Amino acid sequence: MSVASEATAVPGETKAARDGGVTARPPKRGKYWHRSLIPWLFLAPALLLFLYFKFIPMAEGIRLSLYKVQPFLGDIFVGMDNYAAVLDDTAFQEAAYHTVILAFGQTFGAMVVGFFLALLLEGQAKSLWFVRSAVFLPVVAATAVVGEIWRVLYFPDPNGFLNNVLSWVGAGPSTFLDHPDTSLVSVMVVGIWKHAPYDMVLILAGLAGIDREQYEAAAIDGTNVFQRLWYVTLPALRPVITILLTLAAIRGLRVFTEVYVLTGGGPAGSTSVWMTTVFSRGFEKNDIGVASAASVMLFLVTFVLTVVVQMWRRAREAR
Amino acid sequence: MSKVGVSSRLDTALGWSTARNAYASRAIRLVLCVLAILIFTGPLITVFSGAFDVNRDPTQLSVLPGNPTLQNFEEADAKNIWGYFANSLFIAGGALLLQLLVSVFAAYAMARKKFRGQAIIMLVILTTMMLPEEVIAIPLSLVIGDLPVVELNLRGTLLGVILPLGAWGFSIFVMTEFMKEIPVELEEAARVDGAGELRVFWQIILPLCRPALAVIAVFGFTMIWDQYLLPRIVANDPADYTLTVALADLRSDIEVGPGIVLAGALLALVPSLVVYLSLQKSFLRGITTGAVKG
Repeated sequence: MSVASEATAVPGETKAARDGGVTARPPKRGKYWHRSLIPWLFLAPALLLFLYFKFIPMAEGIRLSLYKVQPFLGDIFVGMDNYAAVLDDTAFQEAAYHTVILAFGQTFGAMVVGFFLALLLEGQAKSLWFVRSAVFLPVVAATAVVGEIWRVLYFPDPNGFLNNVLSWVGAGPSTFLDHPDTSLVSVMVVGIWKHAPYDMVLILAGLAGIDREQYEAAAIDGTNVFQRLWYVTLPALRPVITILLTLAAIRGLRVFTEVYVLTGGGPAGSTSVWMTTVFSRGFEKNDIGVASAASVMLFLVTFVLTVVVQMWRRAREAR
Repeated sequence: MSKVGVSSRLDTALGWSTARNAYASRAIRLVLCVLAILIFTGPLITVFSGAFDVNRDPTQLSVLPGNPTLQNFEEADAKNIWGYFANSLFIAGGALLLQLLVSVFAAYAMARKKFRGQAIIMLVILTTMMLPEEVIAIPLSLVIGDLPVVELNLRGTLLGVILPLGAWGFSIFVMTEFMKEIPVELEEAARVDGAGELRVFWQIILPLCRPALAVIAVFGFTMIWDQYLLPRIVANDPADYTLTVALADLRSDIEVGPGIVLAGALLALVPSLVVYLSLQKSFLRGITTGAVKG
């Protein structure tokens, strides 16, 4: 900032500003000493809150993951035993599998549905704006509320709301969340329903950025709509979509609330994900050490994946 | 965009015709739009009708209430639903105010100052975005029960939920990016007139940030209202729950029919809808800018 401000300041003041060091400011009653403190004062509230509610818990989590935690009896250092216990545990193995399926299924499904919504609702008309606003509503609803609503809709009786709807089109009835065969897919559908309109907005922005002359050129070449989508629209959207898709999928590995509200990980563990397993270990079985180790592992995996994707993105943008 | 004389069919990727006589195309689009609205708002409309309808079990749910009544809300009142709602509102109000203040302060330092360690602070803020409540839930619940150094126990207090939400990396980033765009000449002029640091901040920079403030307010509210795990682990007993958390307990209460759960869901839904519908433009702007920034 100071470089830019010195360049624009009146010449007479520039010298004084340089003496002051940090910001370009006319000399004023020798208050230079605290100039360098000012940014830190402005940052202090944020840093203090981050320290207390992000970094101390993170450090504490890493510490706990190395201990057998026993209230009142004192913690015992066990090294990497908790990590080994997590890796050995079939509950965590299954949860990892469900988590990956759910994260990628939801992300990909939401992107595909969002893409079709965007194609349908692209345009300047006021009526389309209204439809877009209505379709976007699931995004703003709180996840837990969405979960409760869908639990009621999914009521697994042949007369349940969604089973009724299915019967109109000659399908169903389905057991939805109530049976291990259908539960994971049912959870995924709720995720797609909630996230697809968000992707729609991003894709609409991408569509608006496509040069209309490319469509013109395609029209002159005599392409039909599908060829135009395939050869012009999709390639133009791809860079944005790939990165969004990857980042969303990584974020999806932390899924908790939807699953916890919809099924609690059941029935028979068929929808258990990493975080619901951590939650039941830590808060229900009070196995703090193992639950902390599992949390640290989740953090490391998401952290490494995010950094790799961002580096790959930088490298691509630099090209 | 498209030049004059070019067919309007080239305005959209699918080539939707806007011509008045393209009946087939218009009809197909209309049907699909109605279908999309039904799929994405249907479940939410069902909540409205279910909350105002007498239904003892979920098979009686319909899109329109058959027998409008306020009975569900009266019964929900006996289950302390307004108490949960009040908790939710206090937390949302307090946390949002704190979050806005913390974000604009931090962003001012990051965008308008140059200081040693700035790159590291940027990295610190980035890291916090990868430490959501889920990942640190277990140690966080312990820390909230016994804050180091100050030795405070925030368990069971509203502050216990508000403070952890007070600083949010996303808001700080959006605000920082926006503040960087404000021309430095404005600040210069004020300083020449003898304005101090706080006056420059409050009277010059902040008023120019109103669009960005709307963006981080609507995102902050949505993020805070969406909290589930945090209020749950901070609560000492169910009376401390927010509405979103209490819904699950209501549902598993056998005396409670789906109508009452839906009445609660409706209450939890209304603030989100009000905020979204009144600040819709900011919301959409935030998505498209935020996504590009990462």
